[in-house]
Amino acid sequence: MRRNFKRATREARGDNEALKLIEVRDLSFRYPGSSNYALKNVNLDVRPGEFIVLAGRSGCGKTTLLRCLNGLIPHFYEGDFEGKVLVDGKDTSENPPHILSQIAGMVFQNPDSQLFALTVEADVAFPLENLGLPREVIRERVDWALKILGIEELRNRSPFELSGGQKQKVAIASVLAMKPKVLLLDEPTSSLDPLSAKNLIDSILELNKREGLSIVISEHRLELLLPHADRLIIMDEGRIIYDGDPRNVLEKDLMPYGISAPSVSEVAKYMNSLKGPLKFGKIPLSVEEFVNEVRRVIE
Amino acid sequence: MISVQEVEYVYPSGIKALDNVSLEIGRGELVALMGENGAGKTTLLKHLNGLLKPTKGRVLIDGIDTREATVASLSRKIGLVFQNAEDMFFSSTVWDEVAFALKNFGYDEHTIKKRVEWALRFMELEEYANQSPFILSGGEKKRLALAIILAWAPDVIALDEPTTGQDQLQKEKLMEMIRLLNTQGRTVIISSHDVEFIAKLKPRIVLMKQGRIIADGKAEEILLDEDLLISCNLLPPQIVSLTKSLNFIGVKPSLIEPRKLAEEVVAKLRTLPKH
Repeated sequence: MRRNFKRATREARGDNEALKLIEVRDLSFRYPGSSNYALKNVNLDVRPGEFIVLAGRSGCGKTTLLRCLNGLIPHFYEGDFEGKVLVDGKDTSENPPHILSQIAGMVFQNPDSQLFALTVEADVAFPLENLGLPREVIRERVDWALKILGIEELRNRSPFELSGGQKQKVAIASVLAMKPKVLLLDEPTSSLDPLSAKNLIDSILELNKREGLSIVISEHRLELLLPHADRLIIMDEGRIIYDGDPRNVLEKDLMPYGISAPSVSEVAKYMNSLKGPLKFGKIPLSVEEFVNEVRRVIE
Repeated sequence: MISVQEVEYVYPSGIKALDNVSLEIGRGELVALMGENGAGKTTLLKHLNGLLKPTKGRVLIDGIDTREATVASLSRKIGLVFQNAEDMFFSSTVWDEVAFALKNFGYDEHTIKKRVEWALRFMELEEYANQSPFILSGGEKKRLALAIILAWAPDVIALDEPTTGQDQLQKEKLMEMIRLLNTQGRTVIISSHDVEFIAKLKPRIVLMKQGRIIADGKAEEILLDEDLLISCNLLPPQIVSLTKSLNFIGVKPSLIEPRKLAEEVVAKLRTLPKH
């Protein structure tokens, strides 16, 4: 009661802290038959409109954490679950996935696991039909989702004849049509070639910028994402090691956690250690940011 | 060693996956086949150990026409690691999986034991020796597929998209292994669209598009050609984009190491007149 009151006053002040879309408190999880915990005492908040990148070695717990954020754990994957996850105030262990997935939508690594219908349109409409929405609403939302991802012309195609990048966009559209507040993506570009990956990431950035959707994405291609990320979270052995502005996190030595910083950031870090005429106050995340700093020094 | 001569390959569905492909690869070379998904990289790799036979043209391995040899005999020379590692597995333990081919090749028990131990240790899989290959994670399965090939040590090792789903530490390990095999005199051929990985490895690059080879040259040349890369759905490595954008202080476009570029930029900035 007291806490709700505090929250209400914070909200009234417009304090960002109060608006938490996802709250993870002291979360630990162990898959059945495994001797180790996949997540160990994880605490995390996701606020509206935030763009969060999750990184770490294979097996560090990224996928498990994402599964906890939309209720796949504990509902589909059973195991020892400790702590609490609140999604838009709803406790994930007390609310079924079909309710939670309307708030937090999940896109998987392999789009084939998400697509099954005969046409793209039917695939995107399917979850909405399951919710029992009126036909006009379904049509409206399908149109909107296809349009926003720029795949309207694929509407009547079979998902199985599409390229990997197109399939992944259809998978995102079918999640988006549920009008979630946060999109969870688990290494969505891992099987795409570089240009298709960039194209997909640009679409995800658009969703964040234009629609204000919160994004939590696990990815190895950091150079495309970090310039736009609000937070970079590094995980290792089920724990969160760092969580902060990517520029600050990249100043740490991330090699032990299986992360390679983008080349521009590495060059800037070496330059700082050489103590030359240019000292980067903040580690640049893109070629543009790097070049601007160099220009600033010589002009 | 490997001679691909005017090869065309048409899948039973009618799709032409290779179109007049000619390629010579010498002993001890390190070659990357690059290009977008569907460019024909995997189809070409499958021609090297005879899994696929050309519709037109021919493939010679050490002078032997692949149409006249069995996959088993070619596999002793050329080990192919598939992209979907799981396709390779069928044994009940990781150990048996690695030992299987060695038994088939007729090695004695002692040699088999030594080789399996070495390969599992090298790929950091010893702890799983007695477990089922199917419970491994994606990255571990990939390492097991590599261990299987490593154990029988063929002259040519062909890796189909080896970095997919691998984290940075595993990629470094893979790079170390590729270099080691290559310095031992083995020919290593990898298909990949992981530009950052290839930029560090610096192999000869064969660029493919729609079933054809459209460029063949050193990494230091191909990876600097942005238009060429984009036409193949690839992007230049970030270090190349950075060197190009630093042209105004006299940095030349190159595949330079980050540390060396840092030294060069600092040196250039020191010589520039102060304002």
